[in-house]
Amino acid sequence: MKLKTDAKNVSYLVIIILILAFLVAVPFISKPYTVILLKNILMFVALTLSWALFSGPTGYISLATAAFYGAGIYTAAYLGDVLPLPVMVLCGGVASFLLALIIGAITLRLRGIYFAIFTLSSVELIKHVLHWIEITVLGKRGRPVVKVSDSTVFYVILIIVVLLLVTTYFLKRSRYGMAMSSIGSCEEAAAHIGVNVVRVKVFTFALSSFFIGLTGAIMATGLIYIDSQIAFDLNYSFFPTLMATFGGLGNIFGPVIGAVLFSYLREILITKFPYVYMLIFGLVMILTILYLPNGIIGLAQTIKVKFLGGKDATATGRKVN
Amino acid sequence: MISFINIFVNGLLLGGIYAITAVGLSMQYGVARILNIAHGEFIMVGAFLTWMLHTSLGINPLFCLALVGPILFLLGYLVRHYLFKTLRERTPSPAAFEGNSMLMAFGLLFVIQSLAIFIWGKSIVGYSFMPYSVYLGEIRFAANRLVIMVAAVAICFLFYLFLTRTRTGKAIRAASQDSDAAALMGVDINRMLTLCFALGALMAGFAGVLVSMDVKLNATMGMEYTIIAIIVIVLGGLGSIPGSLVGGFLLGIFGSIVSGIEPGLTLAAYYLLFMVLLLVKPSGIFGR
Repeated sequence: MKLKTDAKNVSYLVIIILILAFLVAVPFISKPYTVILLKNILMFVALTLSWALFSGPTGYISLATAAFYGAGIYTAAYLGDVLPLPVMVLCGGVASFLLALIIGAITLRLRGIYFAIFTLSSVELIKHVLHWIEITVLGKRGRPVVKVSDSTVFYVILIIVVLLLVTTYFLKRSRYGMAMSSIGSCEEAAAHIGVNVVRVKVFTFALSSFFIGLTGAIMATGLIYIDSQIAFDLNYSFFPTLMATFGGLGNIFGPVIGAVLFSYLREILITKFPYVYMLIFGLVMILTILYLPNGIIGLAQTIKVKFLGGKDATATGRKVN
Repeated sequence: MISFINIFVNGLLLGGIYAITAVGLSMQYGVARILNIAHGEFIMVGAFLTWMLHTSLGINPLFCLALVGPILFLLGYLVRHYLFKTLRERTPSPAAFEGNSMLMAFGLLFVIQSLAIFIWGKSIVGYSFMPYSVYLGEIRFAANRLVIMVAAVAICFLFYLFLTRTRTGKAIRAASQDSDAAALMGVDINRMLTLCFALGALMAGFAGVLVSMDVKLNATMGMEYTIIAIIVIVLGGLGSIPGSLVGGFLLGIFGSIVSGIEPGLTLAAYYLLFMVLLLVKPSGIFGR
């Protein structure tokens, strides 16, 4: 039995390494457009994985992704021409981390739906205050961002995705990961058995935001010009949430699959038919929540159990593995 | 002194529209437990329908209340019957239903918004309705805003009478207080929840008609109204019509004061007020 799982894990690892090796080679072997396409897809993979890192196990629906993404973007706009790229990207992550500590600390008392709408309004609050400061205090709207070549951005995002995969994998198997899923199952019980609920929630929330900030800071370099409307676009809160739900939060591949499918669809539709994309997105969202509550991953596991038989503990609950 | 009174009056005029915006969502969340993030999109659809009826057929916007309301009621009925009812049957716990129904409402938001852009385009449209002022002593009222406020308060009052004086209204209130006990007393809970959601959409339709008399419309305007509705609900307490009225007027006066001081920060102040309220007293000022 143990041998079997080991073999399965090794084969997963081999597949992942092959995909990564292919991605590393892409800028050398393919057209510039492919690099841009993959860069945008990887960006959504990074955002969705970051979102799932906190919201997956704890069950708290965070809609503050756009706030942390925007914090990364603004860091790049202000520090991009003074600091070397890696330091600047790291600063974006740290800025988001600190912002998440603040938001996390004041939302501790909120549960369920109230947490979601609080995080949603925090995005709008930051957007409007920044806009006001730019107009009245600084006297000019928006800032240019230093441009970096597409293949550099691509590699940085690839590194962020790999870091996220590793972090998600090890966090899940650590004390923190166990504590997070116990919070997701029953917060009172988790507190009762000695989990420091406050610390676990705030730390993992900030950790997931750190990666969102990194992504924002590096993606900003492809935008040329930013202002508060562009940086704090609520779609960056909605998309990762919906992509992760579509893929399924059961295991690490769910958010990746959801993000890859939807961001590819977005890339081919957004320039010519942006509203067709929104329509498809909305419809798939509704159907997913109605008929696939565990996402694509849940569906795959149900099919597996049905056709191959065998006792799979995954058939019942939302939380798998 | 006059400027102070003007600010106050402006706040009251805004308050009517805020109240009727919130009453609908209050029904949907307070009774049917659906935090309908797409509520503002229903308002947007109501506003665009009014604009169409007024500019192409020349129908008086006030008369549109009787046309647009039923259309939105039907839309709400279908949405609840085919989507949220199925979701409720498939979701194991009430808490999971709240989260999932909010996510589904996001999907609905995308669908309604993109369909609206297909039909009406992305441009900003509008018409002028009673574009003059009336004076009461030295205080100036924009005539259309006065009409809007009176209509909004009247609609809320009628709705309040419906909830308190009719058998169906009593059944709705029973379902919102204790759905199990109400079911044992012979109330068809599922029908009541569908009715509540549809009534919420009806109110959104009315709000849309009234909104279109004053502001310019575009297909992405919905979110702002959803947020305002949520703020008013948190101010006034869930499921309470008088609470929504008071909350609407309070928010109107608050907004009017802030925009008197610094117009650029009005929306930011709304969000700040909302977040503080959520932290300090999430059940609302007049909440149970």
